[in-house]
Amino acid sequence: MYTSITNRRSFIKKMALASAMTAAATMFPGIIFADEQEKNIPKDADLDWKKGPCRFCGVGCGILVGVENGKAVAVKGDPSSSVNKGLLCVKGYHQIMCIASKDRLTHALVKKNGSYVKTPINDALDLVASKMKQTIKNHGKDSVAMYTSGQSTIPEGYVASKFMKGAIGTNNLDCNARLCMASAVAGFLTTFGADEPMGCYEDIDSADYFITWGNNMAEMHPVLFSRMLEQKNRRDAKIIDFATRTTRSSTASNKSILFEPQTDLAVANAICYEIVNNGWVNTSFVEEHCNFNKGLTKMGYGLEDNYKFKDKPSKISFEEYKEFLEDYTPEKVSKYSKVSVKDIKYLAAIYGDPNKKVVSYWCMGMNQHTRGTWMNNLVYNIHLLTGKISQPGNGPFSLTGQPSACGTAREVGTFTHKLPKGVVTNEKHRRKAAKIWKVPYERIPSKPTYHATEMFRAVDRGDIKFIWTQVTNPLVSLPKTSRYKPGMQKESCFVVVSDVFPTPTSDVADVILPATWHIEKSGLYGNSERRTQHWDKMVEGPGETTDDAWMTIEVAKRMGYGDLFPYSKENHVEEIYNEYRQFHVGKKHNMAPLEVLKSQAGAIWPYVEGKSTQWRFNAAYDPACDNGKDFHFYGKPDGKAVIWQRPYEPAAESPDDEYPFWLNTGRVIEHWHTGSMTRRIPVLHKAVPHSYVELHPEDAKKMKIKNGEKVKVVSRRGSCILPASVNERGLPTIGQVFVPFFDENMMINDVTLDAFCPISKEPDYKKCAVKIIKA
Amino acid sequence: MPVKSYLAYPLKGAKKALHDAIAKIDYCEVVAAENKDLLIVITDTKTQLEDENTKQQIETISNLKLLTLVSGFNTPKN
Ligand code: SF4
Repeated sequence: MYTSITNRRSFIKKMALASAMTAAATMFPGIIFADEQEKNIPKDADLDWKKGPCRFCGVGCGILVGVENGKAVAVKGDPSSSVNKGLLCVKGYHQIMCIASKDRLTHALVKKNGSYVKTPINDALDLVASKMKQTIKNHGKDSVAMYTSGQSTIPEGYVASKFMKGAIGTNNLDCNARLCMASAVAGFLTTFGADEPMGCYEDIDSADYFITWGNNMAEMHPVLFSRMLEQKNRRDAKIIDFATRTTRSSTASNKSILFEPQTDLAVANAICYEIVNNGWVNTSFVEEHCNFNKGLTKMGYGLEDNYKFKDKPSKISFEEYKEFLEDYTPEKVSKYSKVSVKDIKYLAAIYGDPNKKVVSYWCMGMNQHTRGTWMNNLVYNIHLLTGKISQPGNGPFSLTGQPSACGTAREVGTFTHKLPKGVVTNEKHRRKAAKIWKVPYERIPSKPTYHATEMFRAVDRGDIKFIWTQVTNPLVSLPKTSRYKPGMQKESCFVVVSDVFPTPTSDVADVILPATWHIEKSGLYGNSERRTQHWDKMVEGPGETTDDAWMTIEVAKRMGYGDLFPYSKENHVEEIYNEYRQFHVGKKHNMAPLEVLKSQAGAIWPYVEGKSTQWRFNAAYDPACDNGKDFHFYGKPDGKAVIWQRPYEPAAESPDDEYPFWLNTGRVIEHWHTGSMTRRIPVLHKAVPHSYVELHPEDAKKMKIKNGEKVKVVSRRGSCILPASVNERGLPTIGQVFVPFFDENMMINDVTLDAFCPISKEPDYKKCAVKIIKA
Repeated sequence: MPVKSYLAYPLKGAKKALHDAIAKIDYCEVVAAENKDLLIVITDTKTQLEDENTKQQIETISNLKLLTLVSGFNTPKN
């Protein structure tokens, strides 16, 4: 790994300082060391501070980047951003340090006779366009695919969708947000008929209780967690951590409750049992605003290629729902969830108390789940039964992982089944897209094709013969890479990878396109609270780096679709955003005009009559409510949300005699996802230079494994050797191990299972069976 | 040649006093958090003995509530 600091001693002092800052950030998320941040700024510096959102997580903190003589030299939190109020986490502060990495991709590289040859960008784009065109001619439209990202900007996602669906006419477009947010989307759509949270971060300022479901917010959403801790200290708000492993969030919370993997389904139903049987149902709210449904069960786990599933919802009565809950008494559930009856009742009583305001937070623990859609539905059930929803301090809040999983993947719709407004299966939605895109409506196919996992299966099978990935690193982030890496290496598929740095995915590319990084281009992101944020290009990218939107446009032009992409190089971001806004006109999803986004740290949609809508579906705040009642769940035709009957079902793979441990994978605060950026930021890399496997001390003792000793994690799919971590950062329960996935040299996704939620198609990275061997 | 980093927690209201006291000790650098009661201390000493003495000096400051070691590096002489 390259470090630009040559003086070893001063470098070591910086490392010592970085370790201390990171440790401090753990205890006090959001802590600011302003002097240190600004120390490297020359005293007489004439800095131009430019605003934008942070490059990393879905919290969407506002940053100010100090630019001098065309170089970014400092980052600080934007005090005018209501998201972070000037705070940043350790990743946020150091983000710009990756730009100068020596191995930056600055020119296009084309593979010739097994080695990469530096190629003028125009020639490389010619090659990409001609290969794509030829593949379509030889094998049909559905033989080419694009795989993009929740880190793509809104314009990048939009032109990718227009290019694939509107110009070429294939639905072979999916993105890495399938791996993190698809269950949240499916949960919102099945319960409310409208995607994304109804509340906003201001809920933190008035909630009495924060209940986090399988969510280590201290590391994954540190600035929000810091805001929660502030409320805990200031007005005694309580944080309850409900999880499968003890983390930094657990230790900072008022109470930590541990459950056996997968049994969150049963505990959520047990909470509903208590609410129903103790008379805590908000009867008037439920009667007025809710329906009861059930769907199909025993859906399978998507383990076989070409797996298909379609739910069949049917209405049930409250009495039938009540009867269903009889299987979920706290006493019954306690037996297999390992949550005490007392703790189940404790959780239920918090939700059931009409005088307590409760926000539920979750992210990957509930989404990366083979019953992820159900789990989302079940937490909504709790809030709907008690009427604790769409009010300041009261509501379910699904947090996002990536900085624009909401803005780009979900709102623009870079999924196979989606359009910028609505879905491909709906004729009205296809007609609307065709009109705005100025393409014949028949060109947009009405059937979704491949979701992420199935897309890479199709590459492996040889059905997809051309794939272009942008802003993502699937050969580290997909589950079961032990299958998908060899698949991508096959001659049968031409692979184009656009990225800022070399990655294991670019290692298998036929053409590598050099992308500009975040502040080297203009763009827009949308964060977890429906906030759209714009930034202007702050510095020039090196060499022939080009932004992803423009590379897509250039390829489209070369393929003969120039008339559909009439944007100018200088202003394409603005022009694309203004075109995209047309899809969402109306009180339910209006996007703020660009002038507004340029003048302030973002705006929350629906942006109506010059105002952000902070709480949707509540007539007091949301101008789209027009049923004359207090609440209006207008995503559903009858204006009512759905309380779903969803049972507990076991995981796709559980520990057995041969593979006796649960494997749970996830992230650490220092690294962003697959580490391609943060491992090039010396202070972050040095703080956590490699991955590790956390074991419970009793398991380690039984197997005579010492801290730091190399062990092999083995599953039915593959293996990975890592140092053991005992009594360090996190504490798994007995019989469970945890591995962070950021390290491309310790490929834990060779071990994971590609089972997914049959409704959302989101894989479960949190549960499979492994054995542990001393290496 | 040890380089070490510590988190230093001041007694209530004594952040500034603790900062100033540590800053006076040889081989110490202090970085104060802007928005929390916490200091980071980096010590850069030449010998083990100096390292121990420095730590002892910090620990005797009356405004210090708690000193916790975060990391320690031994650098080769160059
Ligand atoms: S919390 Fe997320 S958005 Fe905020 S600074 Fe950290 S990584 Fe960036």
